[in-house]
Amino acid sequence: MPHVGLIHFLTVSAFLFSFGVYAIVTRKNAVMILMGIELVLNSANINFVAFSKFGNFGLGGQIIALFVIILAAAEAAVGLAIVLNIYKTFAEVNVDEIDKLKD
Amino acid sequence: MTLYDIIFYLFALIVVLSAGFVVTTRNIVHAAFFLLFTFCGVAGLYVLLAADFLAIVQILVYVGGIMILLLFGVMLTNKITNVDIKTGSTNLVPASIAIGILLGLVMSIMWWTPWRFQISVNPITTTKDIGTLLINDYVLIFELLGILLLVALIGAASIARREQE
Repeated sequence: MPHVGLIHFLTVSAFLFSFGVYAIVTRKNAVMILMGIELVLNSANINFVAFSKFGNFGLGGQIIALFVIILAAAEAAVGLAIVLNIYKTFAEVNVDEIDKLKD
Repeated sequence: MTLYDIIFYLFALIVVLSAGFVVTTRNIVHAAFFLLFTFCGVAGLYVLLAADFLAIVQILVYVGGIMILLLFGVMLTNKITNVDIKTGSTNLVPASIAIGILLGLVMSIMWWTPWRFQISVNPITTTKDIGTLLINDYVLIFELLGILLLVALIGAASIARREQE
């Protein structure tokens, strides 16, 4: 392979994205699904920063990636609070068995 | 093969292998620690893309914040009666086929698009310029994110609190 360029970073990002979607679709535990969401967000971040360097966008892509990291932190916090509340109500976090709106 | 290429392939291998282990292992705590390796590898890729401030923020926020939150979530939502915490997975074969098709589509689009390269010249240390941009050009998003973090904090604390009897 020639010198490392844009396509190599995009390939890594594509693999991360597909692994993240595989985790969201396949796993039964709610915390594992949250881990899959974090993988997808990381792949989008790598795309942003790679295009920011190789497409003459200056620092714009890095700032967007910074905002995505902040949003991922807020979303993980709220998501885990919801998972803890579900565990308190249903006594388990398998998403297959959480099928009542109110008991 | 310059040193840049070798280090890129090393970090790319760390990222992809750790992500693969995250999604296929049955032990949740192992999956959490492999996710930690993935985040560190991604931080290394940011350094290779000349985004040094972003790499440090990635380690601080993702590894030091979100990973600890996820480990809390793992430990607080499983009955620690037996020693290791296992989890199951559903629909492995259809998911693998569909994800394989998705990966093939995305990579073929990427490889066949004629990208126009124009390598931007960023300063060596990006912290000062990111700070200037945040206050001058992106100040609205900056303030809105502050409000969003406040709302998320209040929301998460009020969702997960113990009910007063």
